[in-house]
Amino acid sequence: MNAIFRKLLANGSIRFGASVLLLLIVVAAIAPWLGTVDPAAMDSGNINTGSGTVGQFALLDGSSVAHTFWMGADNFGRDIYSRVLYGTRVSLLVGLFTALVALLVGGALGMLAGYFRALDMVLMRFMDGLMAIPAILLAIALVAALGAQLWTVVVAIAIPEIPRVTRLVRSLVLTLREEPFVEAARALATPTPVILLRHILPNAMAPLIVQGTFIAASAVLTEAILSFLGLGLPADIPTWGNIMAEGRVQFTQYPGNVLFPALFLVPTVLAINLLGDGLRDVLDPKFAKRSGA
Amino acid sequence: MTQAVSQAALSPVLSIRGLSVALPAGGDRANAITEVSLDILPGQTLCVVGESGSGKSVMATTVMGLLPKELKPVAGDVLLQGESLLQASAVRLRQLRGRAMGMVFQEPMTALNPVMTCGDQVDELLSTHTDWPAEQRRAEILRVFERVKLPDPARMLRSYPHQLSGGQRQRIVIAMAVILKPALLICDEPTTALDVTTQKEILRLIADLQREQGSAVLFITHDMGVVAEIADQVLVMNQGQAMERGDSEQVLRRPRAEYTRQLLAAVPGMTPPPAKAEPQGPALLSGQGVGKTYISHDWLGRSRPTAALVDAAVAVRAGETVGIVGESGSGKSTFARCLIRLIDPTEGRILWDADDVARMPESQLRPLRHRVQVVFQDPNRSLNSRRTVGQSMVEGAMNFGQSREQAEALAVELMAQVRLPVEALKRYPSQFSGGQRQRLAIARALACRPQVLVADEAVSALDVSVQAQILNLLREAQSRLGLGLLFITHDLRVAAQLCDRVIVMHQGRIVEQGATSALYAHPQQDYTRRLFDAAPAALPPLQAP
Repeated sequence: MNAIFRKLLANGSIRFGASVLLLLIVVAAIAPWLGTVDPAAMDSGNINTGSGTVGQFALLDGSSVAHTFWMGADNFGRDIYSRVLYGTRVSLLVGLFTALVALLVGGALGMLAGYFRALDMVLMRFMDGLMAIPAILLAIALVAALGAQLWTVVVAIAIPEIPRVTRLVRSLVLTLREEPFVEAARALATPTPVILLRHILPNAMAPLIVQGTFIAASAVLTEAILSFLGLGLPADIPTWGNIMAEGRVQFTQYPGNVLFPALFLVPTVLAINLLGDGLRDVLDPKFAKRSGA
Repeated sequence: MTQAVSQAALSPVLSIRGLSVALPAGGDRANAITEVSLDILPGQTLCVVGESGSGKSVMATTVMGLLPKELKPVAGDVLLQGESLLQASAVRLRQLRGRAMGMVFQEPMTALNPVMTCGDQVDELLSTHTDWPAEQRRAEILRVFERVKLPDPARMLRSYPHQLSGGQRQRIVIAMAVILKPALLICDEPTTALDVTTQKEILRLIADLQREQGSAVLFITHDMGVVAEIADQVLVMNQGQAMERGDSEQVLRRPRAEYTRQLLAAVPGMTPPPAKAEPQGPALLSGQGVGKTYISHDWLGRSRPTAALVDAAVAVRAGETVGIVGESGSGKSTFARCLIRLIDPTEGRILWDADDVARMPESQLRPLRHRVQVVFQDPNRSLNSRRTVGQSMVEGAMNFGQSREQAEALAVELMAQVRLPVEALKRYPSQFSGGQRQRLAIARALACRPQVLVADEAVSALDVSVQAQILNLLREAQSRLGLGLLFITHDLRVAAQLCDRVIVMHQGRIVEQGATSALYAHPQQDYTRRLFDAAPAALPPLQAP
């Protein structure tokens, strides 16, 4: 285990991606203690306060606290800095859970399709059908149908990703099931579910983890797009997407309302993608460097 | 050999002087090869022979300038017609490759580009190295295809690699290697992936071309039989060191190095040992009229049946070893897989003891599976690399109702039987060598207390010295447990040494069968005779030093 860990840390992309993500997770977790105020609180005295201003913020209960407006305030008088930090929570949760849902469902379906040839035809044609619908359209339709909450957004973004995971896992299982160690397990009378979980799944894990990171990155992006279009989480929950959407109206006067959340969004997606690239280089045998003859 | 005297006056085509190539830090040894020297004169064949890991392939790739980046030549020099290849620039090396030295690789399918026609691939080489016009290149390609005895050269020109047989593909690779008449031809295990009958033809072709062109040949192989067939000079390597270098005659008959003696002694002979008493009793594993037909559908949905196995029969009794020999595509593996019910036969009866299992559903079959166990060819892939050896060992026994404690006790016992330390149970398969992994695979099969063990090319991927150990282990287990053994192999020598009876298969059918000694002495069928003739030359008897 230790050797694998050292190999992972030796990779520059993984080091960079993991550190940025770790930083973001810490920021999201301790957001209340980072000089933030309630991200939903509106202070009519602070409408469109400029970034960097040091002043007072009037809270909902009427009391007032000293506050630094690092990123200014929006046209409702809400503190952008607080909203962006709290928005990190939403983005990371959506990324993580979307990846988990897509991997679990797609992985299970892929294993079934790959191992039971009779199921393959039906399942894969259904997946082909799903893939024919543009991912963002499908997500919009699903959110519209299910109503906008955290879990529905996760499900709506995860469903279009499932066919890709299913295809990946199916193709892995198709090659793994012919491996001698799987045949040996059959000859040893190992029951089929045990073969799938004990012999096939662990050997398909590495590409799955890599795929998971890419799904997480695109989920963060898709969630922002949905929120930006006003189709994502309700406006009272701050997300990078709806901060930008609300900032759009007065972008020319106050560009910060759009640019500050973007400054968080871009490195997040970049970090997750770099992490995925690095993991692929280290974990995927096809990309592993040959170490001498 | 008779020209050796006159050639001695010539300067060597390839001369390697004290070459050392360093392995990256942390390897199992400091150098891949250490201070190896050799000379090859024009028209001579030098065989570099050694087991896996001996550094013989590193030498070939050093000469070609194709060493992986991690490996660095640290001492010595490689001279091709007096020019240093280690000092040569990348551009100069590219000019020399193909022109002054040609290379033939082990696996022709991967050496050729699957999306280019064979003609285009050879043409690419010509247009890189010559300024000939298109018609001249084409004429030259047709000429060389004819010289490597490809049937219908004009058609070969337009064919893609997958449309050709393995032997034909290797002829294309050889055609590319010799078309510019290089002074040096490097062959890295060129016949290892081929059937014996094809191997024979390819070896003859290389010898013929060499005679016509007077090239020097550097021939890398692990097979002493091949060495006996074509070598003028032999260099024996082990662990990156040159063990012995000399005339083929001297090295094979009067080896000076102890290692060479061991290597030669480990090569199984073609003469079967005297027959044991024929075992009595009922068959533990038998197949009657077993057939397997694959049906493929084309895009119109029309079905096209392919018979992989037709009307095959076998019976294995306790204490008996039955061999199935044949070339690739002969149906021997299909037959074995049907017998262990890893694939479902389309016809016939398969009896495990007295139960007909040919059409039994998996759920009923599972409780019977301990009776017949299997050992596969590739020890690297037959153990799950993500599970410890111990976990793999107890899997079978626990599937058949033993408790974890019983299964673990049995695993400890089995480790002793296959002569591996008990600590092996805690380690992962990647920490073992190929031979050790094959022992683990055998131990895993024995953990189910089978009546019959099916070994599908179980020693084919192993070095000869390891091969001998595994064969001994199988013999031992057989006599101790009274196992029936069904041994599938393409190697006639191994079959001769191990099997009591041999079945010869060809194109999905049984051609001939009989007691090993009788069959080897007097093969009745044409095909069997061809197969036996193609086996690499018998080694000359060893003489006392």
